[in-house]
Amino acid sequence: MYAPFELEMPGDLAGALDALAAGRDSKTVPIAGGTNLIVDMRAKRERPDRVVALGEVGELRGMDFGAERISIGGRTTVTDLLRSPEVAEAAPSLIESARLFAGLMVRNTATVAGNIACGSPAADLVPPLLSLDADVTLASAAGTRTVPLDEYFLGYKRDVRRPDELITRISWPRLPVPSVNTFYKLARRKGDAITVTGVALTLCAAGGTCTKARIALGAVAPIVLRARQAEALLEGRALTPALIDRAAAAAAAASSPIDDVRASAGYRLHTVEVLTRRLVSRAWDRFDRQGDQGTAASAAVPAHEVTAQRRAGSDGRSA
Amino acid sequence: MSNERTITLRVNGREERGRFPAHRTLLEALREIGHMEVKCGCEKGDCGACAVLVDGMAVDSCLTLAWTAEGAEITTVRGLGDLESLHPVQQAFADGGAAQCGYCIPGIVIAAKAIIDEHPEPTEDDVRLGLSGNLCRCTGYTKVFEAVSEAAAVIRAGRSGQ
Ligand SMILES: Cc1cc2nc3c(=O)[nH]c(=O)nc-3n(C[C@H](O)[C@H](O)[C@H](O)COP(=O)(O)OP(=O)(O)OC[C@H]3O[C@@H](n4cnc5c(N)ncnc54)[C@H](O)[C@@H]3O)c2cc1C
Ligand code: FES
Ligand code: FES
Repeated sequence: MYAPFELEMPGDLAGALDALAAGRDSKTVPIAGGTNLIVDMRAKRERPDRVVALGEVGELRGMDFGAERISIGGRTTVTDLLRSPEVAEAAPSLIESARLFAGLMVRNTATVAGNIACGSPAADLVPPLLSLDADVTLASAAGTRTVPLDEYFLGYKRDVRRPDELITRISWPRLPVPSVNTFYKLARRKGDAITVTGVALTLCAAGGTCTKARIALGAVAPIVLRARQAEALLEGRALTPALIDRAAAAAAAASSPIDDVRASAGYRLHTVEVLTRRLVSRAWDRFDRQGDQGTAASAAVPAHEVTAQRRAGSDGRSA
Repeated sequence: MSNERTITLRVNGREERGRFPAHRTLLEALREIGHMEVKCGCEKGDCGACAVLVDGMAVDSCLTLAWTAEGAEITTVRGLGDLESLHPVQQAFADGGAAQCGYCIPGIVIAAKAIIDEHPEPTEDDVRLGLSGNLCRCTGYTKVFEAVSEAAAVIRAGRSGQ
């Protein structure tokens, strides 16, 4: 049982934005899947006066797969991602993240915008989207603006979104060919577990050098962040094991993890380094093997192999 | 005050009415109108005991606001089949001894139905990841996973007319 609130269920985007604008003096919040908000209300971390349900807002659904960019509505659910072969092709890291996201019932309702807006450093869709150079479109009754996801978070659970704004769309450029885009979620178990360390990687290559590197780290700092120094070490060079080691160390140096019930800060630092090294090496090997012919693909271990590997004791802990 | 109103919920094919405040969850509303087969475990999305189908999709009813489910087709474990004609998933759980105290089973059966709808031939990984939002403190899951695979096989056989 939690505190009562007023509930609005607008039928379109204009109605939703008006409801949020009208709520400026009270505590008015949007609800999408409710998988964070209802839990937070029950725990009394959130006590809104008015809640604006987005379920009927059709403009927030739908995905566009253009020649240059992919754009998905803020109300796209984790299950929508998993059911889309186009997303699997355009953003393998997002699918790897979606597969190990929560449990079935939560995946069916949890949305991409809700995952971003909740501001958690352990939000699993954020490292993949950051590794894809995603932009976030924010709309209010007063107008629309687009911000790079990279500039969206200001600090722990703080972001650039005003209370009267909604995340309407998330978009990212198509990956060049060849490139590798992948995400590894390290958690205490595969299903329904909060991430201990998450690493997303995009690596592009041409003519034997790495042309672009994006490394995004989840759950190891107050916000999901890019390991910029590590990226800079890799870009413009032919990758060697020594260089990859240095980049992995730089990724660990970029993180500032805490001890919590799931893992110690030390373990998180260690696993950022191990996972970064492993993902970059595998991606680079893939280019080598395919003579730069690879497509936008994931270099990660298919999820079904992870169980077997864990049993064999070769997960992040022992690498 | 617009904070409470009478809504119509379509549950297991029947229209049922109830008067609820806006913050009432679908779990609370269903139990208030007599659907005690929908179980309340954690009320925060962790256990899956409260799972129902909303327009064919399995959701945690504890994380759904009742008002937002108006107009949707809601299916509880009772809607799948009753004692006279069990659904293949229910039959497989009974035959395989996959239930002990039974508290988690209404939610697990709903999730299992959704898994089989999406993957008629589920791999072990489909079953395990599909049920990762359902907690069971009794069975150790082994017989649960076996029952889901068995039910999928029975449903496939039924489709191919055997
Ligand atoms: C059992 C369980 C397991 C979970 N497992 C995971 C997991 O593995 N990985 C993970 O990352 N998360 C997990 N979560 C957290 C949660 O499911 C996700 O963060 C989810 O993406 C939130 O989306 P939602 O639509 O449910 O958000 P809601 O709860 O509806 O909203 C969350 C916040 O975002 C705001 N909001 C919603 N939509 C918009 C919008 N369009 N524009 C602006 N603001 C908006 C709301 O006001 C609220 O502040 C889990 C939650 C539960 C209960
Ligand atoms: S009661 Fe809904 S998930 Fe536990
Ligand atoms: S049978 Fe007792 S909780 Fe599952």
